[in-house]
Amino acid sequence: MANKIPRVPVREQDPKVRATNFEEVCYGYNIQEAQLEASRCLTCKKPKCVEMCPVSIDIPSFIDEVAKGNFAEAATIISRDSSLPSVCGRVCPQEVQCEGACIIGIKKEPVAIGKLERFVGDWSINNGGTKCEKAPDNGSKVAIVGSGPAGLACASDLAKLGYGVKIFEALHKVGGVLEYGIPEFRLPKDKIVAKEVENVKRLGVEIETDTIVGRTVTIDELMDEEGYEAVFVGSGAGLPKFMGINGENYNGVVSANEFLTRANLMKAYDDDYDTPIYVGHRVVVIGGGNVAMDAVRTAKRLGADAHIVYRRSEAELPARVEEVHHAKEEGINFQMLTNPTEVIGDENGWVKAIRCVKMELGEPDASGRRSPIIVAGSEFDIECDVVIMALGTSPNPLIVSTTQGLEANRWGCLVADESGATSRPGIFAGGDVVTGAATVILAMGAGRKAAKAIDEYIKNK
Amino acid sequence: MFKILEKREIAPNIFQMAIEAPRVARSAQPGQFVIVRVGDKGERVPLTISDYDKERGSVTIVTQTIGVSTKKICALNVGEELHAFAGPLGLPSEFIKEDINELRKKRILFVAGGVGAAPVYPQVKWLHENGVQADVIVGAKSSEMIIMEDELRAVAGNLYIATDDGSVGFHGLVTNLINDLIDNQGKMYDEVIAIGPMIMMKFVTLTTKAYNIKTIVSLNTLMVDGTGMCGACRVTVGGKTLFACVDGPEFDGHLVDFDEAMRRQGMYKSLEAKANEHADHVCKIGLGK
Repeated sequence: MANKIPRVPVREQDPKVRATNFEEVCYGYNIQEAQLEASRCLTCKKPKCVEMCPVSIDIPSFIDEVAKGNFAEAATIISRDSSLPSVCGRVCPQEVQCEGACIIGIKKEPVAIGKLERFVGDWSINNGGTKCEKAPDNGSKVAIVGSGPAGLACASDLAKLGYGVKIFEALHKVGGVLEYGIPEFRLPKDKIVAKEVENVKRLGVEIETDTIVGRTVTIDELMDEEGYEAVFVGSGAGLPKFMGINGENYNGVVSANEFLTRANLMKAYDDDYDTPIYVGHRVVVIGGGNVAMDAVRTAKRLGADAHIVYRRSEAELPARVEEVHHAKEEGINFQMLTNPTEVIGDENGWVKAIRCVKMELGEPDASGRRSPIIVAGSEFDIECDVVIMALGTSPNPLIVSTTQGLEANRWGCLVADESGATSRPGIFAGGDVVTGAATVILAMGAGRKAAKAIDEYIKNK
Repeated sequence: MFKILEKREIAPNIFQMAIEAPRVARSAQPGQFVIVRVGDKGERVPLTISDYDKERGSVTIVTQTIGVSTKKICALNVGEELHAFAGPLGLPSEFIKEDINELRKKRILFVAGGVGAAPVYPQVKWLHENGVQADVIVGAKSSEMIIMEDELRAVAGNLYIATDDGSVGFHGLVTNLINDLIDNQGKMYDEVIAIGPMIMMKFVTLTTKAYNIKTIVSLNTLMVDGTGMCGACRVTVGGKTLFACVDGPEFDGHLVDFDEAMRRQGMYKSLEAKANEHADHVCKIGLGK
């Protein structure tokens, strides 16, 4: 019986070894493992997993094909709803989405939907990519701002509907946060990201890099002079936050964005690349989200004694449980209920320590999380030579400031309705630029919804 | 890919290159910069724009060979390509939004130090095209290091040269020349725009402070992306932390914390020195052959 088989464990690189390299942590399933795990699925008539998937992948159908060994068919089923299965199989928080809703999960461990999705995506990459049905060219053009998950998802859907789609990317590489943010050891760049971007290009989507919309060209120029009938803004939340404490501009204090961009996009860990990165002996990362985990694990791999400092307790860590678990295995030190109050510098203006206070948890706040309160007289210093601020990001104001009539809220996020429509007709938005920093898959979901709305908008024009 | 259309060594180890970049040329305005990248493993290097030709679709940059990346840029020849040429970045110079009649009444002095003459040029040119005559000081170590003199002479009101060794023009620092112009030659200015090495900009602001002249500086901080993403370019201006890439690069020089800015600029110096050593290293035991 299907649910008598326990969840097939996934092989991982030994923590001691992987803490010194940038190779992928998780090896994924092989064919036998994937088919065995797929056989656990009950192929529910009313699948709750699909309801919980932000891009509504037909999960039971693709898993059924995996169980039968029809991997190409499985890939085709996923490709109808997602161009990035290898990416999502790796970085989605499945435990609170598809797998969180899996019926088997009530009594046993849920089906490893994420690992199966990854298997199918990787199989497809290794077997020449997935072919996807595409409507004939309908003569209309749509511009997409940003080549991250939201933009790629929106572009794929529009291209399938027959639109001429061009993505404008500010950086020199395609993928947005998949390239600059998420580290190689969680999401390989050349092996996975670049290959799935190829899936999108195969649909006929054009990508122009080194083009900063708002500077190199404005949205109005794209619409008025270059013939784009609609624009989707998926420019993400790229602006790093700092704490505003004393000493934050000492040498050695960097944003997680800077640290990760140097390591990921610019490959500073590879001696063949020119971009420098400074790690020192002890690195303290402030924050408890996925980005903080990525930064601290990168610092560890670059040879530092790496610490997380977070003001609440472990139960409140916003990072995925799997990431925290992996970080601990790799020897990351977690200093919970600790909040920095000042960065201390040496006589040359370099960081030498971070002054912190101990916290305790009080009553739940508006977010439902217990809010931390300072413990009186608990001040202490942690010696370190690098401090990485991983406190979240907000959208870049460039697009709003160069596009008349485009509304943003007080956090700088674009105001858009459920479908992605903004305050300007013909301009749609989705992903982190609307919600503030969230997940890859939510951004993809928003990109898909906007693609549908753009199609309706252009048809009814 | 962005093709190099022209290349000229305009002073020892200082190269002027025209790059084919139609979109950048079309949008470029005085005061802005670009991010340049050589090779698929190169750094992203911020460089100021020194001219643009919207019709030809080209942008001119001036680069001095200082580190690994600038050496790589300068080693490229006509017909070869840059991997990235992204821009124009940063805010344009404030004066382009000013009321043109008010601007025409203003007495403006530009102070350019070394390769700082390159980004000064499009500003003076823009003013000239809009009927504003600005004076310009170009300072350098010696006569051979003076760049863009002819171009600037064609668009400036008065052009003054200062050299540290006195080999041409005024013998002394640009700050000495500012004092000389105001104290001895009866000149006065409503605004000074200084672009050059941080240390020069710092001392220009100290000099102009004494005369109470508004002074704008253009900060060449460290940057990675140049679009507001990394925060490597943080500067303290009037007690507030700002990003040179999106809030600048031009700021009120009297509010800039130059000591912090110079310290931050040197953050990767030791690492870069090592890389430079590596790049210049010639193998003595024959492994390089």
